[in-house]
Amino acid sequence: MSEAKKSRKEWPLTPLSTPTVGSMGKTGSWRTFRPEINYGKCTRCTLCWIYCPDAAITREDDDSVKIDYDYCKGCGICANECPTKAISMKREEE
Amino acid sequence: MPQMTIDTANHIAGYAAKAARVKVVAAYPITPQTTVVEKIADFVESGEMNAEYIRVESEHSAMAACMSAAATGVRTFTATSSHGLALMHEALHWASGSRLPIVMAVVNRAMGAPWSIWPDFSDSLSQRDTGWIQFYCADNQEVFDTIIQAYKLCENERVFLPAMVCLEGFILSHTYAPVNLPDQDKVDQFLPDYKCGWTLDINRPYSHGNLVSPEWYMEFRYMIQEAMENAKQLIPQIDKEYGKHFGREAGGLVEKYKCEDADLIMLTMGTMASDAKIAVDKLRKEGQKVGMGRVRVYRPYPTEEIVKLAQSVQMVSTIDRHISFGMEGFLASETKAALFNQKDRPLVAGFIAGLGGRDVTAETIEKMAQKSLKSMRAGKVEKETEWVDLRE
Amino acid sequence: MVTVKELSKEEYLLKGHAACAGCGPAVSLRSLFKALGNRVIMVVPACCTTVIQGPYPYTSSAVPLQNVLFESTGAAASGIVAALKQKKAEDITVVGWAGDGGTVDIGIQALSGAAERGTNFIYICYDNEAYGNTGMQRSGATPYGAWTTTTPTGKRERKKDMPLIMAAHRIPYVATACTSYPLDFVNKLRKAKDIKGTKYIHLLAPCPTGWRYDTSKTIEMGRLAVLSGMWALYEIENGKFKLNSPSDRLIDKAKRKPVKEYFAQQGRFRGLSEADIERIQKWVDEDWEQYGKLTSGSAVEPPLYGKA
Repeated sequence: MSEAKKSRKEWPLTPLSTPTVGSMGKTGSWRTFRPEINYGKCTRCTLCWIYCPDAAITREDDDSVKIDYDYCKGCGICANECPTKAISMKREEE
Repeated sequence: MPQMTIDTANHIAGYAAKAARVKVVAAYPITPQTTVVEKIADFVESGEMNAEYIRVESEHSAMAACMSAAATGVRTFTATSSHGLALMHEALHWASGSRLPIVMAVVNRAMGAPWSIWPDFSDSLSQRDTGWIQFYCADNQEVFDTIIQAYKLCENERVFLPAMVCLEGFILSHTYAPVNLPDQDKVDQFLPDYKCGWTLDINRPYSHGNLVSPEWYMEFRYMIQEAMENAKQLIPQIDKEYGKHFGREAGGLVEKYKCEDADLIMLTMGTMASDAKIAVDKLRKEGQKVGMGRVRVYRPYPTEEIVKLAQSVQMVSTIDRHISFGMEGFLASETKAALFNQKDRPLVAGFIAGLGGRDVTAETIEKMAQKSLKSMRAGKVEKETEWVDLRE
Repeated sequence: MVTVKELSKEEYLLKGHAACAGCGPAVSLRSLFKALGNRVIMVVPACCTTVIQGPYPYTSSAVPLQNVLFESTGAAASGIVAALKQKKAEDITVVGWAGDGGTVDIGIQALSGAAERGTNFIYICYDNEAYGNTGMQRSGATPYGAWTTTTPTGKRERKKDMPLIMAAHRIPYVATACTSYPLDFVNKLRKAKDIKGTKYIHLLAPCPTGWRYDTSKTIEMGRLAVLSGMWALYEIENGKFKLNSPSDRLIDKAKRKPVKEYFAQQGRFRGLSEADIERIQKWVDEDWEQYGKLTSGSAVEPPLYGKA
């Protein structure tokens, strides 16, 4: 981490944290199950996108959705809420 | 034209907040501070002072509101006493840790139980560890001058710490005395626009105060200590600058009276110094070489000044308007600590006086000095700590 | 009512944050930014969000955010509002975002003070019905019968009715919301933004860690809370009470799911006896009778608390 190498003279005078994607690192490593989208069934309703606690589902301009597996924690909300059951949870391989 | 007025230290503190062009005041009433915030309310409501006055519902909220306002980018002020200050305790820590240049008037009042509305330093001295700069004033003029100087000090980029300007309840807060109020443009020339080390800014978003692991925390604390050391250097400089600009200085770190050839120095804080001067004069007439030192800045503790002061004396006696239960008065402890490693250090004795507003007269101080002279001549301190004027 | 697709794709709660998998409050914080954008200053006391941001030197909030002392959200927000007024920057929205503990217990004084002073900000209590940050101890917002680490045999007291307490302050806008109804929440936030004065939104935010259900069921849990009547979606605007969809269709008890269904899904209610469940059902029915009276029954809707 570049922050750790900074000399104290370069530190802010009080802890000011910078907006950063992955403040906790790649939280995708937390997963036990991973969601997989069957694009054949997906109707692009974008409900999974709005319900994801981690903003790990991105919504493209054409409303198609993509899961960012670097940050998806595998909670399964998207799979549970998908109206067409287009998302299923598969156990992560070791 | 600077205006000569006769007013109480509390009202004068209000005048100082106005002169400093404070923009947000968040305050809660408590005896004997109330007339500070009442004065400010008058100023704000009449339009004389362009500021937001948040009539908060507790002192804890007062400090919370000041912190957030200061972080949003405006000069802030508040005032409190005694239990109000105690209620703010965790917020005091947060303010210094956040490096916010808030200035607060503390109208010193004894802590309970039981209730006491009268002055001693137990309230502000109990907060000495919170990272706030602490000034102790001896008269109404000094209250005005110190508040103005405090803003200049706290908003210096080598400091960015909050400060309390302490003044004893009733002795100063409610006593009318002549004060010179300078012209607003002179103050504007002396005090630049508000500056803070960081701001809540939508164009430069940060989160402030996130969890900091052991990997990082200690250095932030060290930086506060560094800022205190910088303050120690800057306080006399700012005082000199103030003197040049306004024609009078406020006393620097330690006010000295007849110390140059003294054998014994009575070291004290606040208004007891005025009575100590009278005692010194009387003793001098009797041929005793006694001097008086007033610690005007308690945090940062003026170690170098005390060491210098003590260099050629045989004894220093401290008068504490405060007791740290289970040990002794803070002024006594810290003076001893400052002098401990000096070669040829003087004897140090501690007196406890004036708790709960008990009057500390020149006669009382003279008696303390006489006791000290006895110890000094015997070459040893009879009692580490002596409580003065205690009923049997 | 806004639609999902109308919401901006911008994210101001950045991924890779520290929330538990399935965190209800995190879903709602994302919704909040969709509603308000980034001309926002967040005030956050000690709560789950303190940790969710991630540790120094990083943060997951892309808007300025001040972490404040636990009790002080209302006071801190007052300070920011005052400073912005002096800086002539009042178009920046000040948002207090606090947990239930920091709102109904330790934070109630500062919030009450800020509301009484008519402070111009939006306060959201995201309620996961316990002290989540410290490991699920009971708060004043914990419902009757719920397990928490400090009520291992179930809380004996009822949930504090914070929205009504805030309505009694005669503030211009009080609303309830729920993580599972993000569009309703967005609507309410946007409405609140345009009102001057103190706006209070109490958001039920399901928490798998504290409520003991599978992480995937967060949205389902909130939905069940609303559809069983355990939680009502309503607004009190200048004293006028109005139920929102789908709560507006639930005045008829027959339309409400039995509360039993809600409890069956959550481990924290495992200790409820039949008698407990009956008692709670009765309370819910009583509340809804009140909601019914407040909503209709006379030509002019009665004010809940008089206008300021």
